[in-house]
Amino acid sequence: MFITLLSNAIRYSTVFLFGSTGETIIEKSGHLNLGIPGIMCFGAVGGCTGAQIYMNSLTDTSQASGFVLILISILFAMIFAGAMGLLYGFFTITLRCNQNVTGLSITTFGTGVLSFWGKKMGSDGVTFYAPSKYFLQVFPTEWTKGWFGQIFLSYGILVYLAIIVAVIVAIVFKKTRVGLSLNAVGENPATADAAGINVTGYKYISCVLGAALAGIGGLFYVMDYSQGSLEYVIDAMGWLAIALVIFSIWRPLLGILGSIIFGMLSILPRYLTVTFAQIELVNMIPYAVTVVVLIAISILNKKETQPPAALGLSYFREER
Amino acid sequence: MKAKANKAHEPFVRLVKRKEMKVWQSILLRAGAFLLSLLICGIVSSLITRKGMGYFFTTLVDGVFGTKRRIWNLFHETALLLIVAVAVTPAFKMRFWNIGAEGQVLIGGLCCATCMFYLGGKMNIYALIPIMLVSSMVGGAIWAVIPAIFKAKWNTNETLFTLMMNYIAACLTGFMITTWAPRGSGVVYFEKGNLPKVGNEFLLKIIVVAALTVIMWAYLKFSKHGYELTVVGESERTAKYIGINVKKVIIRTLILCGIICGIAGFLLVSGTNQSIHKTDTVAGRGFTAILVSWLAHFNPLYMTVTSLLVIFIDQGTGQIATLQGLGNSYSDIMTGIFFFIIIASEFFINYKVVFKFSVLKKAKKFAETVPPAPEIETEVKEKEEVEE
Repeated sequence: MFITLLSNAIRYSTVFLFGSTGETIIEKSGHLNLGIPGIMCFGAVGGCTGAQIYMNSLTDTSQASGFVLILISILFAMIFAGAMGLLYGFFTITLRCNQNVTGLSITTFGTGVLSFWGKKMGSDGVTFYAPSKYFLQVFPTEWTKGWFGQIFLSYGILVYLAIIVAVIVAIVFKKTRVGLSLNAVGENPATADAAGINVTGYKYISCVLGAALAGIGGLFYVMDYSQGSLEYVIDAMGWLAIALVIFSIWRPLLGILGSIIFGMLSILPRYLTVTFAQIELVNMIPYAVTVVVLIAISILNKKETQPPAALGLSYFREER
Repeated sequence: MKAKANKAHEPFVRLVKRKEMKVWQSILLRAGAFLLSLLICGIVSSLITRKGMGYFFTTLVDGVFGTKRRIWNLFHETALLLIVAVAVTPAFKMRFWNIGAEGQVLIGGLCCATCMFYLGGKMNIYALIPIMLVSSMVGGAIWAVIPAIFKAKWNTNETLFTLMMNYIAACLTGFMITTWAPRGSGVVYFEKGNLPKVGNEFLLKIIVVAALTVIMWAYLKFSKHGYELTVVGESERTAKYIGINVKKVIIRTLILCGIICGIAGFLLVSGTNQSIHKTDTVAGRGFTAILVSWLAHFNPLYMTVTSLLVIFIDQGTGQIATLQGLGNSYSDIMTGIFFFIIIASEFFINYKVVFKFSVLKKAKKFAETVPPAPEIETEVKEKEEVEE
């Protein structure tokens, strides 16, 4: 039973992992994007639209190529979510608006768009059960037998993609010049600017790229986890993704571990005989633990584990 | 001079921070932004409903002002949003990003609901109401002061902390509700212990909120506390230098925030909803209030206007959604668009955009007006200085 729990937790963790990796990139550039829940909703809308366009373009849906379908869905999810990231970036970087306010409006807007669109799809009779089949499993079924297969090989393509992306982002942060510059932008944009780093460029790229990655999380939730159902809203996942960024102290590799823990806590009530009231208490754990981590890093006050110093502040070059 | 102006590198667009905008200019700009946002909402709406712009505007106005009850409802909803906005304002003025109003209001409501559940019907209503009010205020204050203590002592990031506290509050409320009504649908209704009606069901709350708004305005503008928290917001170092106990100010201000949030929760649970639900009790007001407060530049009196506008859009588009069967998400989309435009308009209040051609034009004009003789002199002087 534990293996089933772990395997389901890893699968569920992908939503958080995409969201938190994206948000980490954005926060590293000094921008706290509270629009992640809305952006993930947008990713879901975009991905499903992409899948729908591809399925409609075929005369015979049974001939659909899974690879092309997934590629188009991911691309559309990234474009839709990235567009919202660009909007966020334009407001907070160029127009220097308050980041919290902008992010919250994007969340309002994004969740509104998803549930509106979902309702419309429902009334039009459009379902995503058919394209969702291609997302569920990447390896042949024989491979998923046994504990090894179940824990490591039983997932859809997006689960592996999430982990690969997190590892790549971690390497970029840790080992490359780009990561170092991004860190400088998030810690002290004025110094970074003086050092010849293109502050605005870095901020824009990280806002758009981070949002695009978070958008894939939304796509995963609809296509893989809900198996094509549009019943549930994603915004609760988005807030957990923001919590996970703190939980993983701005490190994508720890984010992989953290997302699995969050995933496990989210699905744990199903494996225990608990009352509805106790489910609420289990649901509280991720947030409570995040608060504990947040307090711990501030009390320890180590340089490596702090939030980016310029987080939440707009940078205006002419202001000293 | 002319040659110099051409030589100097001048970017195509440049931003300059404005010091102060004239009042009529800023009012005109905001009114323009509001009309523009209505126009864009109208265009998007007519694309969705296929009914044309006229339908959008007539239904919008009808939805807000159509009947006497709707007008009362407009002011009532405005009051409920306004009280949360008033509550978060002192914290924001201190640059303490308290985005946990949602949770603070909910905990206030939960404390009130707890009193109603266990004491309702067992004692006199006029003895119960003060108990409910006080426990709500204490609950809200506790929820707000926890992040404040950690911020003051260890500089814990308050934005993230208060955000997390929202969800802890929601889970806690969910826990209590499912304990009280294990087979319910997540809502607990109360028949005993509700606020009495004054005039009609809306008036009492509107009066309370109006009084609180004025008090908060005076507190921020005239009291020593208000001055201290403004200084802490402007510059923590200055505050320390002039002998303000920053930690004390942070904790004191957040207790005040929490108390008002608690009152908001009390009004929502015992007055408006007469029930409690995990998310629908506060219904996002804690987040919307942040926008309302920020758009009003943290002035409680302006907030009456901004919250009225937000509720105007919300109620009006809500009416369209009901008539067309579009669901709540339609008003969310419209509110989102409205916020985007208004937020963007703030940029033009704070910054001035200077284009390259206008700078060159000014330089040219300047060169024409200035007599040429002293110009040469200065150039010669400059040369001499360089030679020296």
